[in-house]
Amino acid sequence: MSPAHVSGGSAPSRPPQTLAQKLIARAAGRDHVQVGEVVTCAVDLAMFHDSSGPRRLKPMLEALGAEIWDRHKVVLVLDHYVPAQDADAQQIVQITRETARQWQLPHVIDSEGICHVVLPERGHLAPGMFCVGGDSHSPTGGAFGAYMFGIGATEMLGVCVTGQIWVQVPRTLCMHWSGRLAPGVSAKDMMLHMVGRFGMNGGQYQAVEFAGEAVTALSMSERMTLSNMSAEMGAQAGLIAADETTVAHLHRCGVPEDRLHDALHWRGDEGAAQERFGFDASGLSPQVAAPHSPANVHPVGDMAEVVPTIAYIGACTGAKLEDLRAAATVLRGHKVATGVQLLVAPASAREQAQAEQEGTMQVLREAGASVLGNSCGACAGYGATFGEGATVISSTARNFKGRMGPASVQVYLASPYTVAASALRGRITDPREVLA
Amino acid sequence: MNQAMNQAIDKARVWRLGADIDTDVLAPGAFMKHGLEVIGWHCLEAVRADFAPGVKAGDVIVAGPNFGIGSSREQAAGVLHHLGVAAVIAPSFSGLYFRNAFNLGLLLLTCPRATEIEEAERISVQFEPGADTPAVVRANGARLPCAPIPDFLRDMVQAGGLLPLLQQQRRKVADGH
Repeated sequence: MSPAHVSGGSAPSRPPQTLAQKLIARAAGRDHVQVGEVVTCAVDLAMFHDSSGPRRLKPMLEALGAEIWDRHKVVLVLDHYVPAQDADAQQIVQITRETARQWQLPHVIDSEGICHVVLPERGHLAPGMFCVGGDSHSPTGGAFGAYMFGIGATEMLGVCVTGQIWVQVPRTLCMHWSGRLAPGVSAKDMMLHMVGRFGMNGGQYQAVEFAGEAVTALSMSERMTLSNMSAEMGAQAGLIAADETTVAHLHRCGVPEDRLHDALHWRGDEGAAQERFGFDASGLSPQVAAPHSPANVHPVGDMAEVVPTIAYIGACTGAKLEDLRAAATVLRGHKVATGVQLLVAPASAREQAQAEQEGTMQVLREAGASVLGNSCGACAGYGATFGEGATVISSTARNFKGRMGPASVQVYLASPYTVAASALRGRITDPREVLA
Repeated sequence: MNQAMNQAIDKARVWRLGADIDTDVLAPGAFMKHGLEVIGWHCLEAVRADFAPGVKAGDVIVAGPNFGIGSSREQAAGVLHHLGVAAVIAPSFSGLYFRNAFNLGLLLLTCPRATEIEEAERISVQFEPGADTPAVVRANGARLPCAPIPDFLRDMVQAGGLLPLLQQQRRKVADGH
């Protein structure tokens, strides 16, 4: 890989490139890349967790007699099996911690939040990076202008040994949102609407890029929800070009200036070939995905007969600081309805601390919320799940049959506003009615 | 054990599944703490309870569109390899599942007309020498073309997955080739 090849950014022969193409070309040490070609990219950061990480990687690395290519480029997060629910989970957690010590990993985040939230929070992501994660919601990193996608443990082994990965240069599907969201309508509703329209594989493993006035107006927390659920659209990556909001946020996360000086340069060229889909945010109503698919999407008004037994604010998708604030906006000064159990699992310890400090957590507790640990919890379905026959309204990303409990569990996906409003009224409720 | 691409898929028994088979139904979360043997007992039980007890080495799965959507858990591909499934044939796959399958030595064939194939039918897969487009041959002789598979992915399946391939490469380096 020759740096000389990277510098020729404005050469007249270079065809206009999308953001996805630019990020991949940089990682491949190329001036530009063509859609469809297979290239090998150098990985700037590899993230894995207690399920996909050491317990799977260690035996394979030993079988190869290999070591991690650059431990400074690895971030390990314990979030799936913590807090350990049983002896098997405890053993997985123990193997993970022992291996982290043995490998002398400098970046380990243990029981302090969900990987996709703590990774940027600790300043590990910056625009222009090329990253992989051992988890399907890894496209969340795209909200920070990084090309990031999910891979399995064996492919992560390949990255750990070589520091490289192949990628087929994707087409870009631009989701252009004009207008502004109404109060009580959020990024989650935008995303459910898009998953409903395109289907769970509608992204065809291409790159999705979110743009337009409505996207620019979103906080980083909300932008992360868009990129996160690009996974539910079957996209490889879900990108949002960096702007002043991104840069200011990453400054607060402690990303040094020298990693942000070219942040605004990472955007697609005028005239780059892409497929464009237009949406109007101002006309969007809250959306609900009914069992058992995130693509089974309906306007909230069609769901008014559904009576939830559990309202769940959780996961990387739906329990970030802004999500907690959204729920508190609806619940302030109220109690949840009889027969509804409100569960809140804040996505990170730091964000929970902020929510405690500003009074958001107090509002949720006073409304009747039980507060759970800063981990994937019921969303992953790996430990504590919902009981037989539960009807759940949830701010998470997936409602596959059997994922969050027995096959009898009915999970409806919605925004934190809608989850809170439904908890309050005891049936699935349009949060705009409560906020009005 | 899995039949790699260099071993023929010849009159293999078809297990027919619907569309949108997700990773959580292939490798249920409740059993993810355990190895492939335990996951294998519960593979697909929510949609086809007769699959795990009945599947035999060399059988193939034929499914509707969007096979493997959902999680990055590669056990969802590894479990089929473990159960001896020789190939999964579907009109489309999750991109993440597609990578995982080849990394684990499980052959996937993208076949637009896959849904014409019937339950319990006996099918064969042909790789014409010199041609990169495989085809499924149905019991009635109908030939269903599949999307080409890049050479490096064919090599990966032939090696049995990424780990054996890396082992081969490291041996070659150690031997001074």
